[in-house]
Order: sequence, then structure tokens, then C-alpha cells
Amino acid sequence: MVAPAVVILLVVAFYPIVATMWLSLHRMILVFHEEQFIGLGNYAFLLSDPRFWSALRNTAYFAAVAVAIELVLGLGFALLLNAAFPGRSLLRASILIPWAIPTVVSAKLWAWLFNPEYGLLTRMLPGQDVNWLGMPGYAMHAAILVDVWKTTPFVALLLLAGLQTIPQDIYKAAQVDGAGTLRQFFSITLPLLRNTIVVTLIFRTLDASRVFDAVYVLTEGGPANTTETLSIYAYKTLMRVGDFGYGSTLSVVTFLCVMGISLGYLKVLGVERGKGRA
Amino acid sequence: MKRISLWFGLVAAVTFCAGPFVWQMITSLRPESDLLNLGLPSTLTLESYVGAFHGRPFGHVIVNSVIVAVVTTLFCLAVGASAAFALAKLDFRGRKALLFGSLAVSMFPPIATVSPLYLIIRSVGLLDHLTGLIIPDTTFALPLTLWILTGFFEDIPDELYRAARVDGCTPFQAFWKVLLPLAAPGLATTAILVFIFSWNEFLYALTFISTPEKRTIPVAISLFTGEHKEPWGEIAAASVIATLPLLIVTMFFQRKIVAGLTAGAVKG
Repeated sequence: MVAPAVVILLVVAFYPIVATMWLSLHRMILVFHEEQFIGLGNYAFLLSDPRFWSALRNTAYFAAVAVAIELVLGLGFALLLNAAFPGRSLLRASILIPWAIPTVVSAKLWAWLFNPEYGLLTRMLPGQDVNWLGMPGYAMHAAILVDVWKTTPFVALLLLAGLQTIPQDIYKAAQVDGAGTLRQFFSITLPLLRNTIVVTLIFRTLDASRVFDAVYVLTEGGPANTTETLSIYAYKTLMRVGDFGYGSTLSVVTFLCVMGISLGYLKVLGVERGKGRA
Repeated sequence: MKRISLWFGLVAAVTFCAGPFVWQMITSLRPESDLLNLGLPSTLTLESYVGAFHGRPFGHVIVNSVIVAVVTTLFCLAVGASAAFALAKLDFRGRKALLFGSLAVSMFPPIATVSPLYLIIRSVGLLDHLTGLIIPDTTFALPLTLWILTGFFEDIPDELYRAARVDGCTPFQAFWKVLLPLAAPGLATTAILVFIFSWNEFLYALTFISTPEKRTIPVAISLFTGEHKEPWGEIAAASVIATLPLLIVTMFFQRKIVAGLTAGAVKG
């Protein structure tokens, strides 16, 4: 009964990963029909490729800043959602909006808000002549904002689920002992939410470090490659240049970075998650 | 004081989340001459919606997206339900390997599979065919499917399965006649999430499909162009069309979706 699932995962997911690694050891330009084994040649080139290093830096910056903001903002949303007030389910529905919107649509929607001439955001913010998507230094932060908008609801929902597992009695006891709201937050909520926070961090860091859709549609990696992430650089090398060898090398490195992050997190987490579902 | 800050937080959160999309809807309903206006539109018009279809195969594109998302969802449920049942209720060799394997697949960056998948799909002649898109979409939605459904099957008491076996059912009959109907809410949750996933999928659709008539909605929207400048009104209209079905489903099944999203992440 598991055979179809196993076959599909092996043929369409695991085999391609191995094949990508194999391709990365070749010189292979699709249009020239040439394919030649060159060992680690592509990797040697990668080490001296400044564009690779800047893509790596961009990806790390994007992931670190976006995930940090999402965590803080998401926690704020989760605390709001956890408070009792009339119309709570309406609020929960409305914060799900960004999550439900296709990533490409959200990128286009923000591109319109950031439009240098007519964009609502451009005209509302001080310094009206800032061309957010066209200026190095600004574009990356615009991309981060789009990611924050899109995924904070998801973070909030995960954290909310964690919050709801904390028994209310603890807070009552703390209140009796005279602990204020802040004290309760730092001494009860945060420590008991630790596991949920770590799991959320894994999910989001993984997603952010393989980011493609949102940034590609928003800026195509520009201006001057300042928003080019590893996935975007790999995609351009593969599909625009048609260089399957070096493009595969970039893909493999993206894969290794993402796996490295997961393994690191799983190790931190491993002890507590020994039981239950994998 | 506490109430005031709560309400302030609520208003800020709702504005932040809903505001940009509301603005997109307003943009889609403006007459073109009114696009520069920051206030409310002077008149509402559907001209951008008409324009989105004019001179573009946007109708085809919507049909393609529906086909890809529906077929992917059906495949995922068919393949995923039986596997998840086995993972939850049967003890077999390689059970752990499958669980960890599917977990690993959910961590793969899609770009890392694009080059060989492109070559494979090209060699079997499925480039530019929706089938060549449905297969990878199914694969990469499968981990999510297994994850959620295994949880649902685990929550069904073992006694029910054993009782069915004692009454003479084969494991498959027990699955088909007893457990699958009980897992219906799980199937619904999974179906919604997989549908949303494949409706949104961008990278494979961008890479494996090249004819404008064969594209799916995300790719079509990303490549929406006009003769002289970007047609923002039409992009807004297309965006609303692409999003409204999802928004309605999300609002309607909000609880199920939240349960599905958080099941794998927090329960374990």
C-alpha cells in the first residue's frame, strides 16, 4: 500500500537530487549538445565566482532578517489572537488573507504598492522619490517586507497553537503571586513556548533560504543583482543561460545549505523530539 | 488602558494583513484614468476584468490551473491515503525510512530538482504538457499529505482496525470500508491544502511550460505585459480572480486549515 508513494518519492524527488549532483560534475551547455565530465571543475569555479558569494550573502541576509521580524510580529499576532474578545474568529480569518494569496500575486500586489510613480506606499512614505524596487539597498528590504507580510500569519498560527497548550492555571497562580503581565510573559509564556518557537524557526528558515517566487517576481534579482538569492541565480544559470552543469552546481549548493540548516536545527531539537511522529 | 492597546493592536494587525489586498481590489475596479488617484475611485468599473482576458489566453490559463490543482489533489489523496494508513496502523519494514524520507523531501529546495526533471520531462516528451507539471506537483505535495493523513489515521482507535480484521476483512478492506470513511475530515483538510499548494506552484510551471496557452495562473500573472507599460489595472483584476476562490475556501474552512497547518508542526 505504500509502494506508489515510495516509487513516486524515489523517482521524482530522490533520483533528481542525485542526478543534479551528477550533472554538477559536468560541463553541459544545452544548446551546444555538449556534455563532458569535468569532476569538481564547476565547484572550483564557484569558489572564485563573486556572483555566487553575493547570492549566498543575499540569501543569508534575507532569511535572517525576514525570519527574525516574522517571529516577533507573529508572536504579537498570536498573543492578540489568544486574547478573548468579540469577533475573534473574524480576526483569525482576516489575518489568514496573506497566507491564502498565491505568492506571485502577493509579489505583484506589492510591486504595485512600491510603484515609483503611482504606488500607494511610495507616496505615503516620507522621501517620495525613493524607487524601492529599483535602488540597491532598498529592493532587498522591500523583498523582506513582502515575505514578512506573506508568512507572518503562518508563524502566528503555529505560535497560537503552542500558546493554547499552556494551561491557564499557571497564569492564575502567577497572578496570585503578584507577577505582572511582562513578568508572566518572560517567565511563563516564552519558556513554555520554546519548542514551538524552535519548530517555527526551522520551517521558516528553510523556506526563506530557498526563496524563489516572491523575490523573482518582485525584482528578478535586481537591481544590480542585489536581491539575487541562490535559487534565483541557479534558475537564471539553468534556464536563461542554459548552462546545466554550473546551474546544477549552484542548485546542489543551495540544497546543501538548506539541508545543513535543517540538520543543525534537528540536532538542537533532537533530544526533545525523540518520540511521536517523525 | 489594556483594552485600548488590545484594540489598537487588532486594528493594526487587520490593516496590515487585509489592507494590501483590499487596495488591490480597489485598483482592479478603477477606471484606467483613475489609476493615479490615491483616494477612493470616482466610479467603479469592470473594464480591467474585461481587459485581463482581452488579447490574452487568460481563460485557458484558468482552466489549466483548475486541471492541474484538481488532478494533483486527487493523485495525492489516492497515493497518500493508503500510504498514510499503512504508516499509522501497520508495522512494516522501512516504515521509519519512509517517514524520514518524506520529511527530507519536504525540505528539498525545488530548484535542486529542476535540471534533471527538465531533462527527464523533455526526454519523455512531456515538456509543455500539463502532465509534466502534475507529476512533480504531486510528488512535492506528497510529504504534506502523508504528514497530515498519518496523524488523522493515528487518531482513529486501533480497536476499530483490529475488530475489522477479526470480522474477516483483509487489511485493505479494513482500510477501505472502515478507516477511510472515518478519516474523511482529514481527507478534506488535506485536499484543501494540496489544492492551494498546486494552485500557487510557480517554479515548475515557469520551467516546464512555455506556450502561453498552457501556462498556469501564477506564471501568467508574472508575465502579464502590455504594449507600452505594465497594465496594473488588469494585473490587479487577474490577481483578484486568482485569489478569490482561495480566499473563500480559506474563510469557509478556516478551522480545518489551521488544524492541518499546525498538526505536523506542533503536535510532534
